[in-house]
Parts: sequence; structure tokens; C-alpha cells
Amino acid sequence: MTDTRTPRTGPSRRTFLKQAGTAAAGLVIGVHLPQAARAASGAANVIQGDGSRAGAAPNAFVRIAPDDTVTVLSKHIEFGQGPYTGLTTLVAEELDAAWSQMRATAAPSDPETYKNLDFGIQGTGGSTAIKNSYTQLRRAGAAAREMLIAAAAEAWGVPAGEITVRQGRIRHEATGREAGFGSFAEAAAERAVPSEPKLKDPSDFRLIGTDVPKLDSRIKATGDAQFTMDLQPEGTVTVLVAHPPRFGAKVGSVDDKEARKIEGVLDVKQVAYGVAVYATGFWPAKKGRDALEITWDDSQAETRSSEEIMADHRERAQARGKPAADRGAIDDGLTNATKVIESEFTFPYLAHAPMEPLDALVTLRADGAEAAFGSQLQTVDHQVMAKTLGLPMEKVRIHTMLAGGSFGRRGQPNGELAAEAAAVAKAWGETDRPIKLVYSREDDITGGRYRPIYVHKLKGGLDADGNIVAWDQTIAGQSIIAGSPFSGMIQDGIDPTSVEGARNLPYAVPNFHVSLHSPDVGVPPLWWRSVGHTHTGFATEVFLDELLVAAGRDQVEGRLALLGDHPRHAGVLKAVARMADWEAGAPDGRARGVAVHKSFSTYVAQIAEVSVRDDGMPKVHRVWCAVDCGVAVNPNVVRAQMEGGIGYGLGAVLYDEIELKDGKPQQNNFDGYRSLRIDEMPAVEVEVIPSDAEPTGAGEPGTPPIGPAVAIAYHRLTGQRVRRLPFVKSVDA
Amino acid sequence: MAYSLKVNGRMREVDATPDTPLLWVLRDELGLTGTKYGCGISQCGACTVEVDGEARRSCSLPVASVENAEITTIEGESDRVAKAVQDAWTAIDVPQCGYCQSGQVVSATNLLRRNPAPSDADIDQAMSGNICRCATYVRIRQAIHDAAGKLEG
Repeated sequence: MTDTRTPRTGPSRRTFLKQAGTAAAGLVIGVHLPQAARAASGAANVIQGDGSRAGAAPNAFVRIAPDDTVTVLSKHIEFGQGPYTGLTTLVAEELDAAWSQMRATAAPSDPETYKNLDFGIQGTGGSTAIKNSYTQLRRAGAAAREMLIAAAAEAWGVPAGEITVRQGRIRHEATGREAGFGSFAEAAAERAVPSEPKLKDPSDFRLIGTDVPKLDSRIKATGDAQFTMDLQPEGTVTVLVAHPPRFGAKVGSVDDKEARKIEGVLDVKQVAYGVAVYATGFWPAKKGRDALEITWDDSQAETRSSEEIMADHRERAQARGKPAADRGAIDDGLTNATKVIESEFTFPYLAHAPMEPLDALVTLRADGAEAAFGSQLQTVDHQVMAKTLGLPMEKVRIHTMLAGGSFGRRGQPNGELAAEAAAVAKAWGETDRPIKLVYSREDDITGGRYRPIYVHKLKGGLDADGNIVAWDQTIAGQSIIAGSPFSGMIQDGIDPTSVEGARNLPYAVPNFHVSLHSPDVGVPPLWWRSVGHTHTGFATEVFLDELLVAAGRDQVEGRLALLGDHPRHAGVLKAVARMADWEAGAPDGRARGVAVHKSFSTYVAQIAEVSVRDDGMPKVHRVWCAVDCGVAVNPNVVRAQMEGGIGYGLGAVLYDEIELKDGKPQQNNFDGYRSLRIDEMPAVEVEVIPSDAEPTGAGEPGTPPIGPAVAIAYHRLTGQRVRRLPFVKSVDA
Repeated sequence: MAYSLKVNGRMREVDATPDTPLLWVLRDELGLTGTKYGCGISQCGACTVEVDGEARRSCSLPVASVENAEITTIEGESDRVAKAVQDAWTAIDVPQCGYCQSGQVVSATNLLRRNPAPSDADIDQAMSGNICRCATYVRIRQAIHDAAGKLEG
């Protein structure tokens, strides 16, 4: 969610305790293949449904079945960023398993056993899935291996030290004995869990650092992957909710006569989130919702237009706010500069628009409730759902489904979706009746939880030799975490997610100041892939380019000269310059832009090669990308995240803005809220820098550099500085 | 209203109002959930199926309009071309979240049936109606070329 994090703590002894029966029990959802059939199919590398019972349990993360398959319970949601494969790799490495025997599934919601060690609760975000799990999951694999060896040694009556494990086979050379994991799984699970399992030396890695095939690729290519949207147990009731068109509005009055006449509509109920239409399927629910006559009470609603909010932020940014960083003497630095350059950058509201709109299936039971959905912050969702249903947490079981993207959308600090899903199930009231809340695309895009509007005001000073002597940056924009359970991260009035990537500018500038205004706005905010870096990366890199141009410096050399104290920034920058053959320059009619930005402890440099389309918009032909994320557990997944991060970021900077008019979002689907399409996707070449540093994130850091790289190239082509995103709002056609 | 539909080679009887989009008949009536809902307005292609050999957006096809048509969904994409596409998709790990990929695979399979050696421009033309928010486009393009190569060889 942010790269300002709590100190890392080692995995606790408790993590390795065997789970009690209740904690291990999950949900049985949809088609549940018998174990033997699943193994025989060979394709089900991701166990959908109740994977937590897929065999003997040497510890909380590993299940070993009689057929030798090993299932890793992922505490992190899989929505495309690759944790099922990555976490399973960590276990398989230390277990000395064969990759073909490995499976993955979702861990149940458990705030202690499955907590993100960086967050202290269970949840995924801030590109931390591999980072926080790296040692923990390796230890889980190593512990299971030692337990299997001990069980085999006892059964065979040989010393444990003489037993080897390779490619999933347990062997005793001298006696010629050999067995698979399944033979000793039960016996191993009965043994004491080693408190200090021995981890491999990295030089002995066989899987970590290699491109093992992703576990979920096949089922996603065949349509077999099951998402929440696809869950429809017998008797499922589908619910669409008419949400208020303005944020903060409430239902005034409802006339549901026409809605109730729609064939397939079962009921209409008012809930805290709007008016819920219950139906036999999506289509009647939608028709029923369209037929509602609702008057809304806007007395508490945000009724401003986004232009007014931008104007408000622009005005605030003219004066410094609360200090977020300060070194040297900024006023003296600016006063003594021979040249001062000022620029203002404006960033719009952005929706995430993951391919699968928000959805959740909730079933009330006589003794509690079950829920299945793409829960990203399980502990928050779990608490909120329990509270909404008036149940203790242990009576509510949450099964985390594969999710069709998130980009932040599912990581709601207040558990809004979970609360709404619980509320509509509770309003229906019937037990053992699956209630599926579905957002239409329009609900998703008009539903708020946007990346807020930000305005950056920058002043930079150059001395007579063209050195940057002062950098004064004022940021105005809504806090994402104020009033949420994450608000404890706010220190001295500074929401770190508003200034990350700016307050820690890596360039050597002697007089440096960053300050922040966090005005209240009635539009619900949310983190959007790379969070603060979505705007700080653009503003800092483009403004730096303005200063370098004013000083007559090269994009690469100029940056390198300022990165003396930041060798990993410099490392990715040098690598990308080599990849693109920077000295050779762009072909005729094209120009190149450079950007380097660290986010979530990962360093990324990109070079974009751009031309101008007939309509004046940039056409991005090629992107070179160098990434240093420490140990790359699966370099292929890291490359994929860079490719995707570039495409996701590029679509947004070119086209995307949610405009509010009198408080109402004006875009509601992919027609008005454009997504990058295949014909606009550049060729992308990614190099993962070899490193033995601690692994860091990959999901988000590919996104921030693409916008500034394109904007800088565009400036070289046209002379125009794009300082108001998206490009379509700035370029001259 | 009762409709007879030919889906994946089988005749299926469904009961739906005439305006119900084929997408929701497939998903909610026939349980064929491989075809996805993404936008409902023919913008994203997650719901792509083949209707009489053409790639169509099932979210915008009323069930009344597809009676007597041959409908193929991702669940029914099983011939040599479809298999080559799915193998190519798996071999280079195209999918990220995977939600759009049924539609991508159906569009790509349909393209290769019509054009066994598509150029990049052909791919752009055939695939630009399929949005991938994870932006797996680089690999989609590569996998289509890979599948074409396999089918040729």
C-alpha cells in the first residue's frame, strides 16, 4: 500500500504450529474434484475450493497428500501478480520437491497465522507478497523437509543424516530405500516442528531465480479458472444495488413497483448502501434496478465538480504546507539561484477498473456465515463482515478466490465491499441461501475509491554552472488513509502515501523541501497501483528533466551525476541506457524519454521511444525497462509485472480521468474510461538486474516511470510539456 | 420464453426473456461460466464467443437473435487450433489475473482459423476489441505468432 512500513519481524514460532482442525477447515465451493481425480488430471495446479484440507499438514503453509502432491497455502491473494507461483517456489526450493508435484491454493482468513509480516494483519498490497514471505515460506518448506526425513529415518531405522531428498524423492543410498513424500506425510505431520530448520545457501538454489512455469496459466487459458463471478451454487440469489449517484448521498424515497414486475426479480430491499434488487440472475437484477424510481438525499453529499476540486488544490499548492522533508536552506537556495524554474502538475481522479468487477458470495449458516470473494485485506474484510452480521470473527469463514485484477480496487481499508455483501445477505435473512452481490461495470467505475486529484507545485533553482541547488515541492491532495484503520501511518500530519517518491528524491540537491496539504474531500479515495508514486514519479522526473534541459544536460548523464549516493538507481539507469543503446539515439521521427524511480524498495528505469500520431497524441513504439528487485524469485513473473505495469500506466496517462460534474462521475464504462488496447501496446524489453539483496516488490514498481518517460520524449518531439494528465487533456490536436 | 440453442455442438433448451443477452444465458442458465462479464456494452471482449464462426460479444446479443446459430464458448474450444492457442498461452505464461483470457483465447483462435499466419497488423485488428487490464498484450501477440508457427509446422 505504501513503502513506508513497519519493521520486518521474523516468523514466529507460532507460525509453524500445526493448525487446529477448525482453523484448517475451509469452504467447499463449486465443483470439488476428489483428490485422486485432481492429481490424475495433471492440470489442476491451482486447487480451487477447499485446498486447505489437501493432505497432511506439517505446518500452516504446506499440505502433503498420499499421491505425493504438495499444496502450498497462499496467504496472499492471486490476482495476476504471481504469489501462488512465487510462494510455492519458496516452499518447493527448501523441500527439494519436483515442480511438477507442487500445487497452490488460498489459505483461509486467519489474522495471526497468515498475517502479512509487513502489515501485522492478513492482506496483500504494497508489493510485499514475496518480500514478507521470503524467509517464512522457505522455513516452512525446510521444516517440512526435516520432518519427512525424520519420519523416514524412523521407519527405515537409519540415521537421518544419511537420507537425501532430491526432486521429491526421499532416499537412503546404503540400503537402496526410496519413497515419495506421500508415504511419510502422515507420520511427518505427527512430529515436532523443528524450530530452526536449516535453510539452503543461495548458491544451492535450483528453483529460486529460475522461470518455473506459473501454476495458474493453464486454467486461465482454458476458462477453467473460477472467479467469484463464476460461483453459483444451487439456489444462488444475485443482487445488484442501486448506489447513490453522488458520494455521501442517501436514499430519500423508493418506488419499486415497476422493478417488482420484472420477471426474475425476487425482492427489493433498502440497505445502508442503496437499494438492493434480488433476482434469479444478473440480467433480471439489472433490469429490476433500471426500473427503480429513487429520489436521493444529497444533503450530506459531495457536490463539487472535479474542476472545482482541482482549483481548490491548485490554490492551496501556491503556499507551502506541512513539511514532509527538509534539508539545507530552501529559501536561501532559491534566492541565491541564478535561474529559478516553476512548474505545476495536475493529476486527475483515476478508477482502477479491474476486469472482474467487485463481487462477493455470502451464505448465512445456522451457526455463522461463509463468504467467498477476492478478499485483498482479509483481516479487515473479516472484521467488517463479522461486525455487520453481528457475529464473532470465528463464526465467519472467508475463502479468498482468484480475482480478476485489483490494482488496489479490492484493498479497501474500510472493508466496504465485504460490509455491503454481508448487509445484503443479512437483509435477505435466509440461512443456507447463497447471496451473490455483483457490481456492474458502471457500479465499479462510478463507485469512487479513486486515486485522488493531486496538484504539485515545483520550484527549482540552478546555479551559474547549471547545477541544481534548490528543489521546493508542494503537494496538495486528499489523504488516502485518513480516517481508515491505516491512519496510524500518518505522522506529524503527513500521510506518507501522499509524498512517497517525492520526499525521498534520490538526486543530490543541497537545498530541498517537500510539503503537503491534505484537504478534506467527500470523494472516497483509494490506493491505485503504486499509490503515491502514480503522481510523485511523474512530477519529479518531468521536473528534473526541465532542470536538466535548462542546464543543457543529457537525460542519462545528467541523472547519473546526481545519483552518486544511490548506486541501485544508477545501476538500473546504466542498464537501461545500455539496453536501448542510448548513445545511438532514436530513429528519425521518434524521440526517447528516460525515467528512473524507486517504489516499494524496487528500482526501475525505463526508456520510451515515441512518435506523434496524426491526432497529436503520442505513439509509444518501444520501452526498455531495467529492474532491480533484489533476489528475483521468478524473473519471468517480474518481467511480466513490468510489461503489465507499463501497459497499465500508459493507458492511464494517455487517456484516463474520472470527471465529476456537480459531484457525479461522468465516465461509467470502458467507452468513456479508456483502457490501453493491443494496438497501442509498445514492444517491451525487460532486464532483471542480478542481485543477492533481499527480495522486494514487482507488482507496482513498473508503473510509475512510464508516464514521465513518455512525457519527456513527447517534449523532445513537440516542444510541449505535458503537465496536466491525461495526455488527451493536454495535447494540441 | 423457451429457446433452443446449439452450444458447443449440443442442443440446449433455455427459458429466458427475449432480450436476455446470450452472455447471461450461457452463464446463469447453462452454467458455462468460462465466458466472462466485463462491461456489458461490447467494449471489453471478455464475453467473446463464436457465433456461426464469427467472434462476437455475447453481452450484446439477445438470446432471441441467436436461435439456430452455432455457438462455441471457451468450454467448447477444443480443436487443433484452439489447443495450439491454449498451449502457446500456457507455454509463455500469458495470463496474469486471467479474467479476460477466455475472451482473448476465443478471439485468437477465431483469428487463426481465418488467417493461419497473421501479421502484427492482423493481430491488432482482430484483438483490439479485447481489453486486458493487466496489459498482457506483449505476450498475447507472441503467443498468437507461436501458435501460428506450431500449426504451420
